[in-house]
Amino acid sequence: MKKYLSFFKMRLMAGLQYRTAALAGLSTQFVWGGMEILLYRALWCAHPGRFPMGVEALAAYIWLQQAYLTFFALWQWEWELAESVRTGAVAYELTRPTDLYGMWFARSLALRLSRGLLRAAPVIALGALIPAPWGLRIRVSPAVFALFLVSSALMLAVVCSFVMLVYALTFFLEDFRGVMMLGAPVADLLGGGIVPLPFLPAGLRKAAELSPFGAMQNVPLRIFGGDIAGAEIAKAIGLQVFWAAAMILTGYAIMRAGLRRVCVAGG
Amino acid sequence: MIEMRGINKTYRVRRREAGLSNAVKSLFSREYTQIPALRDMTFTIPDGQIVGYIGPNGAGKSTTIKILSGILRPDSGECRVGSLIPWEDRKKHVSRLGVVFGQRSQLWWDVPVIDSMELLRDIYRVPEARYRENLDRLTALLELSELLKTPARMLSLGQRMRCEIAAALLHSPEVLFLDEPTIGLDAVSKLKVREFILEQNRLCGTTVILTTHDMQDVDALCSRILLIGKGRLLLDGSTAQIRAMAGENLSTEESVADLYRRFGI
Repeated sequence: MKKYLSFFKMRLMAGLQYRTAALAGLSTQFVWGGMEILLYRALWCAHPGRFPMGVEALAAYIWLQQAYLTFFALWQWEWELAESVRTGAVAYELTRPTDLYGMWFARSLALRLSRGLLRAAPVIALGALIPAPWGLRIRVSPAVFALFLVSSALMLAVVCSFVMLVYALTFFLEDFRGVMMLGAPVADLLGGGIVPLPFLPAGLRKAAELSPFGAMQNVPLRIFGGDIAGAEIAKAIGLQVFWAAAMILTGYAIMRAGLRRVCVAGG
Repeated sequence: MIEMRGINKTYRVRRREAGLSNAVKSLFSREYTQIPALRDMTFTIPDGQIVGYIGPNGAGKSTTIKILSGILRPDSGECRVGSLIPWEDRKKHVSRLGVVFGQRSQLWWDVPVIDSMELLRDIYRVPEARYRENLDRLTALLELSELLKTPARMLSLGQRMRCEIAAALLHSPEVLFLDEPTIGLDAVSKLKVREFILEQNRLCGTTVILTTHDMQDVDALCSRILLIGKGRLLLDGSTAQIRAMAGENLSTEESVADLYRRFGI
């Protein structure tokens, strides 16, 4: 376990190395969040009755989404990992007495956390300053907050296991950029990255909520705002557990198979 | 003890002629060629020996190293390092192994070298006392004290290579594979690296397999040479024997070139 922790620490340190990137990300997220709020406000003013979410829940969704964007953003990949498979540099990692899946999982998780931890607090603080109902309402009951934390942790597991699934496929595809370019927009739509899932048409929304993408940001962000409650929370968290377990097992199996037939190219 | 008996490995490579029309043709029917990388490779290396593993490009050197490192499984044949079959007991096997691939880096690009060292310490579970001792010794011998605090991306090639070698030895491996460790190094760094490899072998009895195209490396380090070509072992002997075979007054480099020609490889 210790080696995964140090690996994690390492990635965290590498992430903290770049201050300008964090600052740039921070301002982008704040401005983006503000623009989204303006957009939804315009929609709301036009048809207040047809809004599928409470205004406060939506505001919480948007500000938290911007604050923790890097935790679940599916357009951020570690090119290095895919490159290392493509060029054969993965050979070095295979000469270590470690499990490649575990290492890369720890690495992906650390990348997301290291990028997110720096910028989350300022975005949350700024979001809380925006006047009600469009600001981030921070008062939630301890029980809801606890569920929010649990489903956030599960969200990270789902996101990382999905990412690992794609990395594992690189052993067969040699290049995963195609998979990503096709997959990222779909994942973003089905995950509630473009609009929160309640804004999707009923059928699509149902499918999205059951898909692995619906087990990502969708769950904790809606729990926090109070958009889903009670039995719905239990169901959503159950789906998160299911998807994380399923994708970890599949990814692990694919990577095992990939390593068996691995053929490390070049000198 | 490293033992390889009757190892065969064949790669399947896709080939086509140049040009667009052939590229289109290859969409529908592909031609594969079987490239035998190793044919009936057999040798034994006792503990504590420094062996030069040489041969022209594409001879099968890297394939051998990859099989010995447990990264690649051969099509047939037996191989044992210590008492382990590398690709079967990969994790156990590699914890006793140090590897330096001259053309790739194992250091983390963005963070100071010392952070990479500490990560490796945890990965290999090196006890703190032994880690300290090894790091101090490596730092002194390879003159790393200034380099350790520098991010790997800011190091020159020679500086980085010295760090790579130190990184491969932190866990006191019994066997060390060096794949072109002096590639691109200046004269001073080369001498330093060679001196260090000898020292490591003398003090710790580390078995070293060195693949290189630099015959001065071989002259300076190796008591024994394995010469391979087209996947076969062609010669197994000392540098003196190889020079004797090639005729008089030739340097090792010229002798080897002469042998390549003679074997038609």
